[in-house]
Amino acid sequence: MVDTITGNQALQIEQPLIFEQNEPGRTAVDLPAPTVQEDRLGTLRRKTPVGLPGLSEPQVVRHYTRLSQKNYGIDSVFYPLGSCTMKHNPRLNEKMARLPGFADIHPFQPDSTVQGALELMDTLAHWLKELTGMPAVALSPAAGAHGELCGLMAIRAALEARGDARKVVLVPESAHGTNPATAATCGYEVESIPGDGNGRVSLAGLKDKLGPHVAAFMITNPNTCGLFEGEIVEISQAVHDAGALVYMDGANYNAIMGRVKVADLGIDAMHINLHKTFSTPHGGGGPGSGPTVLSDALAPFAPLPFVVHGPDGFRMVEHARDAGEGQQPFGRMKGFHGQFGVFVRALSYMMSMGKDGLAQASGDAVLNANYLHARLKGSLSASYEGPVMHEALFDDRFLKDTGVSTLDFAKAMIDEGFHPMTMYFPLVVHGALLMEPTETESKQTLDAFCDTLLALADKARAGDAADWFKSAPRHTPRRRLDEAQAARKPVLRWSPPSEG
Amino acid sequence: MRYLPLTDDDRRAMLDVIGAASVDDLFRDVPRAAWNAANPDLPDHAGEIEVERALAAIARKNLDCGAAPCFLGAGAYRHHTPAALDYLIQRGEFLTAYTPYQPEVSQGTLQTLFEFQTQVALITGMDVANASMYDGATACAEAAAMAARITKRKRILVSGSVHPHYASVTATQLQFTGLEVEVLPPDPLAMEDLLGRVDEDLACLIVQTPGFFGHLRDVTGLADALHEMGALLVVAVAEPLSLGLITPPGAMGADIVVAEGQSMATPPSFGGPGVGLFATRSKYVRQMPGRLCGETVDVDGRRGYVLTLSTREQHIRREKATSNICTNSGLIALAFSIHMTLLGEAGFTRLAEINHARAVDLAGRLGQIKGVRVLPPTFFNEFAVTLPKPAAEVVEALAARGILGGVPVSRFHPTYPELVEVMLVAATEMNTDADVDALVDALKEIL
Repeated sequence: MVDTITGNQALQIEQPLIFEQNEPGRTAVDLPAPTVQEDRLGTLRRKTPVGLPGLSEPQVVRHYTRLSQKNYGIDSVFYPLGSCTMKHNPRLNEKMARLPGFADIHPFQPDSTVQGALELMDTLAHWLKELTGMPAVALSPAAGAHGELCGLMAIRAALEARGDARKVVLVPESAHGTNPATAATCGYEVESIPGDGNGRVSLAGLKDKLGPHVAAFMITNPNTCGLFEGEIVEISQAVHDAGALVYMDGANYNAIMGRVKVADLGIDAMHINLHKTFSTPHGGGGPGSGPTVLSDALAPFAPLPFVVHGPDGFRMVEHARDAGEGQQPFGRMKGFHGQFGVFVRALSYMMSMGKDGLAQASGDAVLNANYLHARLKGSLSASYEGPVMHEALFDDRFLKDTGVSTLDFAKAMIDEGFHPMTMYFPLVVHGALLMEPTETESKQTLDAFCDTLLALADKARAGDAADWFKSAPRHTPRRRLDEAQAARKPVLRWSPPSEG
Repeated sequence: MRYLPLTDDDRRAMLDVIGAASVDDLFRDVPRAAWNAANPDLPDHAGEIEVERALAAIARKNLDCGAAPCFLGAGAYRHHTPAALDYLIQRGEFLTAYTPYQPEVSQGTLQTLFEFQTQVALITGMDVANASMYDGATACAEAAAMAARITKRKRILVSGSVHPHYASVTATQLQFTGLEVEVLPPDPLAMEDLLGRVDEDLACLIVQTPGFFGHLRDVTGLADALHEMGALLVVAVAEPLSLGLITPPGAMGADIVVAEGQSMATPPSFGGPGVGLFATRSKYVRQMPGRLCGETVDVDGRRGYVLTLSTREQHIRREKATSNICTNSGLIALAFSIHMTLLGEAGFTRLAEINHARAVDLAGRLGQIKGVRVLPPTFFNEFAVTLPKPAAEVVEALAARGILGGVPVSRFHPTYPELVEVMLVAATEMNTDADVDALVDALKEIL
């Protein structure tokens, strides 16, 4: 319990909602009075106030500054969320994205006035195609799951173009939930493929499920257990032999960028989480960007828009009739031209790292993950033997009979100044703890992290510590929150007191 | 390399602990056929100076809107953003945080989301809003899918007033779901018969106001007719600032409101990233896509916030989820929210008035040019005009004079001969009297 009079705890200040700081008429902007003239609103002038609160600039700045101090971010703490690739976000990228020639250009300027923007998109596409070895890339998807949708729509369009109506998409049981959700959005039934017991897809299990009804197999590689699917070439071959296509989820591309040419794995499509892999900040939940590389079989079906280079420079193709011979775009996925601001940040990062730096980064990411795996496996229960790729998966066997759960263990880490790892995912092991350190953490940070986890594990096993773990965290702006109440009686907005 | 902390000594020491001979050895599961075969045709690493020089050179090949009188809209608008906004969204604790899955160390993001949801509900006149979607176009597609879930019907009707990108994204995203999406032809005169198309098979009608060509529309009668037939009304808003001045969709019977929030959040940035706003009525909240932030208490009884109703989402429901969306547009939602907080009621409504006054003035000036006609009788800060020449040529001629004068409608609808001479023109508080003079003078010369 907090024992101060105010409820504040030094740097942690209680901050009311903006609506509770309202003084009508107050504002943080000074705008001139509009010239009074006859309006062109017909009968539709707003008749009621909006209800927005009035604050001055110093209040607004303090409000958001204080709220920011209630967040963990990569800038402040080690953030080893598995499958999230929480690497350092260089400020150079932010500076570049804010150049007026990038930030202050409009999506519908004539092509002649945005040759630089089109060149940047073309250059980014070149990098992505060179890195993956794939012949085409659709830049417009807005995030990873949107890229999955792009890939599956291209697959469906390609199958329909050859008159092949297939109904089923196969997904490994370890897959992220977006994979089956995406397949369903694409109108497919989803069937699950069992693992081989060692954290990888069972090739025999896959072959049992393949047939003329199967449109595609979605495989995450490296997978969500942090392992490389070593039989991927055989898997792709088997899928192709059955007349189906291979979608590779590139969520974990950070482990292999600059080292593995994914085209040689036999895949047909892969999205790249441009935001996380290429260092755009996650922003508390986006925006992302999910360019999707495509094989020759799928390239003709890439969505609009895309950039082409012609005799008069670069041109944005926005309609199927301008797409060129053989192109049958499956449609448009996003308003305007994709997440251009993320493109700038990603290219700034790619140019900074270069092909040598990207390969060094994936090597260091894998080295860091294996280091965590090696240092922790004697105390925590590693789910699979190494070597691992970019992340290390543990389960909750080491907490057996301690009364401490994976959740309790993670909450205790928060008090020690670490963001928890991903918990309870993947679903294929019990009480999963999935740790992805990325390449931007130092050995000192990893050692401090391992020392802390080993000490916490010892404390859990020593007995009598269950209550201590269950009451964690104790030093955060809020302690454990009642999620059941939030869902039972949802309060999703502030309402004026009179409305209850 | 400046972003990589490990030294060669570190690497050797770590490999010893792991028991591996080399980093390459850790990749032993990768098939040799694909191993390092890339040898990509790409440059090696570069310092900040080199990267800045190279990217600035590319940026200079663009004509930025600050360097030219700019009257472009069509769903992306250029407004002034207070200096505090860009500073605040670059606070590292906002910028570099993940989705707030650990609420104890994410109360900052969560409280801002709760405030964002409330602001979106207030400006749209709806009960509840989610924590954002990718953009207005994808939000529109998600609204159509949601209406189909609620009504258990398959037919979606999209008015010709809707932004063509919203319409085509909706058609694309739903094309394999078994739903039928009918997109009506572009409707520059707001003459289409929507009431006559409402029937008992319809899941929803999607309209936009202010419309793509500028018209403001009272949708109350449409809402009543749709509800009579058990169908829903989805209203799209491409310029959320309009809601500071005109009757919000929620007051006209809308069931779902979707909007592009870019104009109030971030510079146009060539069209992305923006932020999709999504609001609905309380009774439909469990059919909503996307993340939701809700209020609750912690174990000490103190008010706090969490992501909630996640049983709708794909990490729990997998193929039965309401949507496949995971990452959304958190940082741009934060920017939107901070801007709304800076403006407040007084600033938001005044800024809307200024925009409208500027557009009314511009419409009057353009309407006096021989051969130019302003199409919509009502509008907010953007309207369509007909020109005596193809609009695409006029726009190029204006660009040659250093003026970004408008958007030719043929860019969206190349197959409609009657739209060849139609151009969209937007005016905001960023336009000066001198900008308007420049555009009017140039048009007189060109036409």
